[in-house]
Parts: sequence; C-alpha cells; structure tokens
Amino acid sequence: MSLLSVEGLELRHGLLEAVRGVDIAIAEGETVALVGANGAGKTTLLRAIAGAHRPSRGRIVFDGRDITRLRAHDCVRMGISLVPEGRRLFGDLTVEENLLVGAQRRRGGHWTLETVLEAFPMLARLRERRAKTLSGGEQQATAIGRALIANPRLLLLDEVSLGLAPLAVDAVYESLATVIAQGATVLLVEQDLTRAVGVAERVVCMLEGRFVLEGRRGELTREQITSAYFGLSRGAAA
Amino acid sequence: MTWINDIVQGITLGGFYGLLACGLALMFGLMRIINLAHGDIAVLGAYLVFLLLEHWHVSPFIGILPVLPVMLLLGYLLQRTMLERSLRSGLLVPLLTTFGLSIVIQNLLEQGFSPDVRSLGENAGSIATSSWQITSKLSISTIGALTLGVAIVIFGSLQWFLSRTQPGRQMRATAQDPDTAELVGIDSRAVYGWATAIAVAIAAVAGMFLAIRSTFFPYAGPDNLIFAFEAVVIGGLGSSLWGALLGGIVLGVAQTIGGQINPEYSILAGHLVFLLVLASPRGGLLTLGAGGIARVRSARGVSA
Amino acid sequence: MSAAAGPVEAPRAAVQRWTRVSAGFSSGFLGVIALMALVPVALGGNTVQEMTTLLTFVLMAVMWNALAGYGGLVSVGLQAYIGLGAYATVWLASHSVSPYLAMVIATLFCGAVSVPLSFLVLRFRGAQFAIGTWVVAEAIGIYVSFDSSLGAGTGTSLTQLDAYSQGPRENYTYWMTLGMTVFFVGALFVLLRSRLGSSLQAIRDDEEAAASVGVRVVAGKRVLFILAGLGCGAAGAMTLANILFIEPTSIFSVNYSAYMIFMVLVGGLGTFEGPIIGAIIFYVIQNQFSSNGTWYLVALGATAIAFALFLPRGLWGELEARTGIRFMPLGYRLRASKAPPLRDGAGGGAGP
Repeated sequence: MSLLSVEGLELRHGLLEAVRGVDIAIAEGETVALVGANGAGKTTLLRAIAGAHRPSRGRIVFDGRDITRLRAHDCVRMGISLVPEGRRLFGDLTVEENLLVGAQRRRGGHWTLETVLEAFPMLARLRERRAKTLSGGEQQATAIGRALIANPRLLLLDEVSLGLAPLAVDAVYESLATVIAQGATVLLVEQDLTRAVGVAERVVCMLEGRFVLEGRRGELTREQITSAYFGLSRGAAA
Repeated sequence: MTWINDIVQGITLGGFYGLLACGLALMFGLMRIINLAHGDIAVLGAYLVFLLLEHWHVSPFIGILPVLPVMLLLGYLLQRTMLERSLRSGLLVPLLTTFGLSIVIQNLLEQGFSPDVRSLGENAGSIATSSWQITSKLSISTIGALTLGVAIVIFGSLQWFLSRTQPGRQMRATAQDPDTAELVGIDSRAVYGWATAIAVAIAAVAGMFLAIRSTFFPYAGPDNLIFAFEAVVIGGLGSSLWGALLGGIVLGVAQTIGGQINPEYSILAGHLVFLLVLASPRGGLLTLGAGGIARVRSARGVSA
Repeated sequence: MSAAAGPVEAPRAAVQRWTRVSAGFSSGFLGVIALMALVPVALGGNTVQEMTTLLTFVLMAVMWNALAGYGGLVSVGLQAYIGLGAYATVWLASHSVSPYLAMVIATLFCGAVSVPLSFLVLRFRGAQFAIGTWVVAEAIGIYVSFDSSLGAGTGTSLTQLDAYSQGPRENYTYWMTLGMTVFFVGALFVLLRSRLGSSLQAIRDDEEAAASVGVRVVAGKRVLFILAGLGCGAAGAMTLANILFIEPTSIFSVNYSAYMIFMVLVGGLGTFEGPIIGAIIFYVIQNQFSSNGTWYLVALGATAIAFALFLPRGLWGELEARTGIRFMPLGYRLRASKAPPLRDGAGGGAGP
C-alpha cells in the first residue's frame, strides 16, 4: 500500500498544460528523485501534491485518502510538507519564528524546535536573526527545518541546491541524509543529477509534462538519464 | 502657555485618531485592502452601543463589552463572505465592495435610527466632561486621557499579539507571503478573517469614543475615515502598527494647533501637515521598510 | 537534424490594428456622436439638461479609468479638478471673461494645476497615492471655501449665464459638454493608440520590468495625470453650467470619486468602452430611483457589492473576456500571412 499515489494527473497554468497525465506511487520510507529540465512541470507537480495547485484531471491519494481537492494547509495537517523552490522564507520573521510558524500542534513526532536545531546546528546561533539576512545555505536549512517541524510523513523538496555554493549544498544534503535515515518519505526535485542519484533509490525523469524515464538507482546509466532529460531519444531523424 | 495645553490636547485627540486608524492599518498591512467602509463601521459600533444603552442603563464603557463579540463576528463574516471573494478578483475590487458596504451601512442606519445627531456623552457621566488640572495652565480632559490610554493599551496588545503568539506569527507570515503561508499549514483565509474581525472590533471601540467625545449620526463615517487614513499614511506605510498611533498624534496636534490660530483652520492644518510629511523624502514618519506587519510591496498595477 | 529539400516558406506575420469589427464599431460610434449633436434640435427642455448630466458622468468615468485602468493609479481626488474647474469659471466670468470661454480657460487652468501636483503625488503608488490625492482635494476645497469673493461656504453661481435665456443656454451648455467629452475621449483614444499606449500597458503589468526596457514610467503616468486633470476640470465647468449653483462641500465632495469608482468598476476597468457603459448605468439608477430616498442609495450600494462579487470585471470586461471581441481598435493583432518563397541559397534549413 503506497503512501502517495498519483493517478492520471493533469495540471494547467491557464491554458498551458504543465503536466499531461502522470502516474506515480511512492511507498513509505522511499526516496524518489524527480529530475528534468526547466519547464518540465516538476515544480507544478510538487505543488499539486502539496495542495497548492488544483488539478484539472486525475487523483492524488495519500494514505488511502483522496486529497485531490484539499487545500495546502489541510495537506500539511495530513502530513505533507513542501520546501518550496527558492526557499520562500518569511523574511521579516526571525529564524526561530520561521520554524515555529510551521509547527503543527496536532501532529506529534520527532521534530520539535530543539531537534530541528540539533539537526541543523548552524541555525542554533542564528535563532534571533531575521530570515532575510541569512545566506543561501542558512536559508535553505531554515526552510527545510520549517517543513520538518510539521512532522510530515511525506517531505517534498523543490530544488534545494539551487543558487547555493557547493559547500552549502553538501551541508544541506548531509542533513537530508539524517532525515532520510530516520525513515522519512521524500520526493525531491533536483537539477544536479549526481546529487539526485546519490540520495534517491528511485529516479524519475520528466520532460514537457510527462514521465519519460523511471528506474531504480542501479538500473539506470547516466547516459540514459541525460538522454531522457534532454529528450534526445525523441525528435526528427530524417 | 496655551501651546502646551494645545499639544497635550492634540496628543489625546491623536489617541482617538490612532484608535480609528488601527483597524485600517491592520487590514491594509495584512491584505492590502483599503476599507472605504471603515468609518461607517466605527459609527455602526457607536449605534450598537447606543441601542444597548436604550434598554440597559449603564455606562457606554460597560455597554461596549457585549458589542465587541458581535463586531468580531461581523468582521469575520465580512471578510469570509465579501472581501475574500473581492480580493481574488483583483486589488481594486475591494474598493467597490467597501464603497457599496459604506453606502448600505449609512442608509440602513438612517432607516433604523433616524438621521438625528446623537451623543453618548451624557451616558458616560462625569468622565466625559471632567478634567485634571495639572498646573495652573495645563489640564487634561479625562476622556482624552482615557482615549489615549486605551489606544496605547490596544496598540500594545495588538503588537504583543503579533510578535509573541502563534496566531500573531501566522498573521505576520501571511502578510509577507500568503502562498507560502498556506504551504506551511496556515489557513490564510481564516487568518484574514480574524484580522478583519479584530479590525472591526477596534473600530467599534473608536466609535464608542467618538460617541462620547462628540456626536455621531448615520453619515458620520466618511468624515472620520479621511482622518484615519491620514493617520496611517503619516505614520508611514512601511512601519509597524505603532505608526498609525504616531500618525494619529501628529495629526491631532496639527489640527489642535491649527485650530488655535483660527478654528476654521484646524482640519486644513491637518491636511497641510499630511502633505508636508508626504512630500518629505521618506513619505512617512516611520517608513523604514523593515519589520512589523505593514510592508511596502511594489504595487503591481491594476488587474481587472 | 533534417536536410532541407529546397527553399522554405517562412511564415510571416503582419501587424494589424483595425479589424472589421472595430472598424464597424468605430464608425457606429461616430454616427452616435453625430446623432447626439442633434439632440437639442430633436428633443427639448429637460432631456437636454439630463443628457448634459449624463455626458459629465461619462467624462468623469473615462478620466478616472484613464488613471486607474490604464495607469494603474487609483485616485480618490479627481474632485479637486471638478471643483477647481467650476470655481475657476466663476472667477474668470466675474472678471469679464465670456462664460463659455471662461469654461475653456478654467479647464486649461486645471491642467496647469495638475502639473505641480503630479510632482507631489506621482512619487507614490497604491494607498499613499489614493489618500494623497484625496487630501489634496480636501485641502483645496477648504481653501476655496475661505474665499468670500467666491461665495465662501454658502456657495456661488454663474450669474453671467443669465445673459442667455434658458433654452439656448441649455443647448449651448449641452453642445459644449458634448464637445468636451468627445474631445477628451478622443484624446485618450489617440494617446492609447500611440506608443504611449503600449508603454502604459507595460507599466500597468509590471513597472520594474517596463522601466528596465526603457519605458519612461513617471513621464507616462504624468501624461495621464494631466489629462485627467484637464478632463475633470472640464467636467467641473460643465457641471457648473448645468446646475448653475455650486458650493464647496458638494463640488469638492469625495462622492464624485465614489461615483467614478462605481461607474468604472461596474462598466469594466481598463476597457475603453466600460466607463461609458458604467456612466449610463449610474445615470439611469440615479434618474429612475432617486425619488425613493435612502432605499435608492441602499440599492446603489447593493449593486456595487453585487458587481464586485459576481461581475468583478464589469459588464464590458466580462464581455471582452468571454468573447474576445475588441470593439475599439486599441490592440495589436498578428495575422499570419504566407510569404513568397525565399530565394535559393538564402536561409532555409539546409542541415547542420
């Protein structure tokens, strides 16, 4: 019984079709990486799962419940948390306030303010700082912490490495490894193929709104993924 | 030195303007809504207290207490039914909604209560008329001091609520980024509902003070509305909530001093000080662009 | 990559500004104006006065829409110019200027006043702009009310118009109002079809982006601001000529702005035709129902709320959105046309 099941999902931006019918099932404890070029529809898909984008067709089933029409804040209460692309912290709130604002009293669990600060030690001394004064890596850590503190059963991560220095990305992925080791179910969008394959058991490649490749870590070669990523195996051969 | 007396009087008048402006600043800071019915809502609050006092002969300060939960509910409903929907259609549509609401309130009040000018000063008893003599030249009216005191308490409580409580934190987060607020589990619609509820309830308190300090009638809303707006803008749109109180005080002092020069000049003096502050480099006294619930976001133009 | 078989026809697009629909509509529009000029001749008395009132509403609505719908500037202070236009006319006429000429000069005066004011308020957008314009209007109104030569608080009238008898006076006023309205609507039309029009669209959609491609944002807004000042000044002068007696609290009243908001939002913000429709609706409501006292006002308010909730784009806005029809030729359309084949050797997809 999968934790998350997406069936025939279609997502639009106005008249533009961003996601044209995708199916995926994620089991509890799995880590799945969603890769693809810009504009492939990855962010839209994550947002739809998180409840921030209403599907025009299809279903999203989470833990047996149909959550297709559920609004984002209700999805959080059900146990789905999204770390949005670009961090999107509340700039004028302090780090501590950013973390606390995501706390859901009704969901118990491992993650509290203290445990999050333990998992991201760099944040401990930044507690009182306004979020907009932080560096990219610090902001990313805060954003992940903010999602974790809701004790999600499904963690969605959108481009956590974007705009960060390599060292900062290392730090983020180290913390992520800890989170995954604790049994979290993770679906992450990642442009950096190496990182994606390094952390995920399953890789899905998306192109122009559709899944074009799917496989387990060991099964796929880099060449296969790259080819699917750019759509090289399609196109006119005269 | 009557000037000191005037300044003190102006400050207490500013307390009233601050109370009037508080709800407006909250709604604008959080939702970018310019509530054209805000003055009329304050007047409605005054009428509700009046209605209560017809059957229950107590001081308006007691009478306001049961009115507050009614106004909280009305504010919440106003947001969830009308303003929420208007906001989705574009930033200008709430102007039309609140304009319509303003007219409806004014005219329903006239139908229900007659156009007579009233006051609750008598019901308030000696508080409305007494004053403290501090020195031979300086006295403060009791009601003035009370208005200012209540304003400071309300502003302080609201600021504390925003900074130190979870719902307050959620409000500030929603003010910054409503989309991401939803993503972290905040029901932005409920947050907006509560903000409007609080704004309307505070407006009712301001209405009560209006009724005690001076007079009210069904069409008294718009005259007071412009003072509330002036207070908010003088205080600075990028400032914390206290800006509205500070702006109110500046306005009150300007009006009182202007009135000393010539009673006809009082309101004009307020307008001139407003324009002066607007013309200054920062465009507002506390415009810092940082902190608090009200932020200056670049206006994205008008969407139809 | 495929190898091309030969010359390729590249689709070209032609920019087209007039469609058959818009051409038809515009001619119809001109026809209506011609017909309207005949009103005083064909119909008489009361109708002429009522049509004058309607035209002033149209002018006000179009000007407010120019600022808010095309410039993104919500003004709550255009009544400043309405009042100034009226009072300037009184002042000029009392200084021996022929009344109808005074109205024209008063209009120009309002345009002149709007220039320095633009430097004060155009620094702002949003609420600061709105409240700023409102306070400016209030301040001017109070200031005028101090002037005893202009009747102070009790008001004044354009007595010089007594030189004309009622019938001709109403006709001249009507024609002047018609002329002014047509002029300003036409001026806005020309402005919007010019390069300024595209700049304004860009400003409305995203100011920073527009500025970054070289659009002179503040200059564009200033043009609209001055136009609105001129137009509302004219509306004020016409109102004076129509109702003959004015006093500061009513001619400088913020109710005018409230009515403009109603007319434009009910008709369709940011559309060219919308304000005209909205003015007609507002006029009809006022005319038909004002005898019902406060209930008419409640109905007006309820109408505003109903439109805001259910028809937020206004009547014309909804029409345009659902049918995609544009009656006035203000946009740009791309019509793909087949171009003749390119010469051999030039361009074409001849392989990598």
